[in-house]
Amino acid sequence: MYVQYKSVPTRRVDVTKNETTDHHKLLELIALNRDKEAFEQLFIYFAPRVKAVLMKQSSDANTAEDLMQETMLTVWNKADKFSKYRGSVSAWIFTIARNKRIDGYRKQGTKHYLDIEDIELTDDAIGSEEILISNERDKMVTDISNTLPIEQKEIIEMSFVKELSQTEISKKLGIPLGTVKSRMRLAYEKIRKSVEEVL
Amino acid sequence: MNINHHPDETTILSYAAGTLDEAFAVIISCHLQICSTCREAVKTAELIGGSHLEQSEEVPLSQGSFGRLLEKISVEPQAENTHAQSSASQSNETNQAALNPEWSELPLALQSYLTANIDEIKWKRLAPGVSHHPIKLSENANSSLRLLRIAKGKQMPEHGHNGHELTLILQGAYKDKFGTFAKGDIADLDDDVEHQPKVISDEDCICLAATEAPTKFKSLLGRILQPIVGI
Repeated sequence: MYVQYKSVPTRRVDVTKNETTDHHKLLELIALNRDKEAFEQLFIYFAPRVKAVLMKQSSDANTAEDLMQETMLTVWNKADKFSKYRGSVSAWIFTIARNKRIDGYRKQGTKHYLDIEDIELTDDAIGSEEILISNERDKMVTDISNTLPIEQKEIIEMSFVKELSQTEISKKLGIPLGTVKSRMRLAYEKIRKSVEEVL
Repeated sequence: MNINHHPDETTILSYAAGTLDEAFAVIISCHLQICSTCREAVKTAELIGGSHLEQSEEVPLSQGSFGRLLEKISVEPQAENTHAQSSASQSNETNQAALNPEWSELPLALQSYLTANIDEIKWKRLAPGVSHHPIKLSENANSSLRLLRIAKGKQMPEHGHNGHELTLILQGAYKDKFGTFAKGDIADLDDDVEHQPKVISDEDCICLAATEAPTKFKSLLGRILQPIVGI
């Protein structure tokens, strides 16, 4: 069988206690039980953030609301896939929103984006230790991102939040493309090393 | 597949952020299918996106937002999920692919762009030993994607580049001052790079090449072909 259904008790998770740990649990409840209460809790946390990120690229709140809804619908539909994939919940939801954004704003379609979770499916549900490691990595990335030198931080935010290409960043800041690249590289190296330290 | 040349970290970062144009994203996706090193790099870069999402402020949702989503769920009952559960054999195949990800006929990301396999492609000759097959992208794409076929033994003239270019080797191999590029390798070149690739495989070398805009490919082609055809 593709899905080994287990009896997972439906319960209300206290999201305020340990938000990131429980995002994994909420997704597991959605995947195994199609639990709408769990989905609502995930929605309450992520939907206003997804919409905010989408609005950074478009002033149109209605479009952002629609794309957020599509994003969260995909979260519901693909929760089962996520439970068989080792990853961060917020990064996963970010990639879904990113793809909806490319579909919606650029009209390019996202058939050129590979779903890494399709390639890296595993047979086992994610274990609690892996959840801890994943959460530790999330935290580390946030900590390091917040302590980057301002000129590196600025470029990372322009890429990930404002969705500007390297060339667009170069023009906007009036600096050579090579400088944009070297700042990106420095920032990424720091973040990568910090993630590798969490074993 | 033994991969020796990977995309630049800044290209990986831009892919994860969603800011690479279509032709470039196709090439990275093809490479990711077979390169676990770069999949890890992309996942790390996507953590940055996740972190920004977590730290984002919260904007108000429209009234009844969750209720409308629940209605969609009941109207479209778990389309993707039902599909996954109902096709157990297919998922086994997917898992096999996960254990040993290789390109079968064509990389997954290229399959939706090409109807034919590599050996059935209709090539357009550009010069002796050099042919290509342009690939149609979305209307809004601001980049250009094509298959290039260079005959075995062919030495290209030394040429520079005009803007960012990505080349993925699908078959055969070539050598230039940066080393030997074989199946699965990516050449990630900026405009300040000059090179003189020579095909060193026993078969023709077939590459997937992305340039920033169609005009930039024409300009590149001119520089490559001018010494060959004397135009």
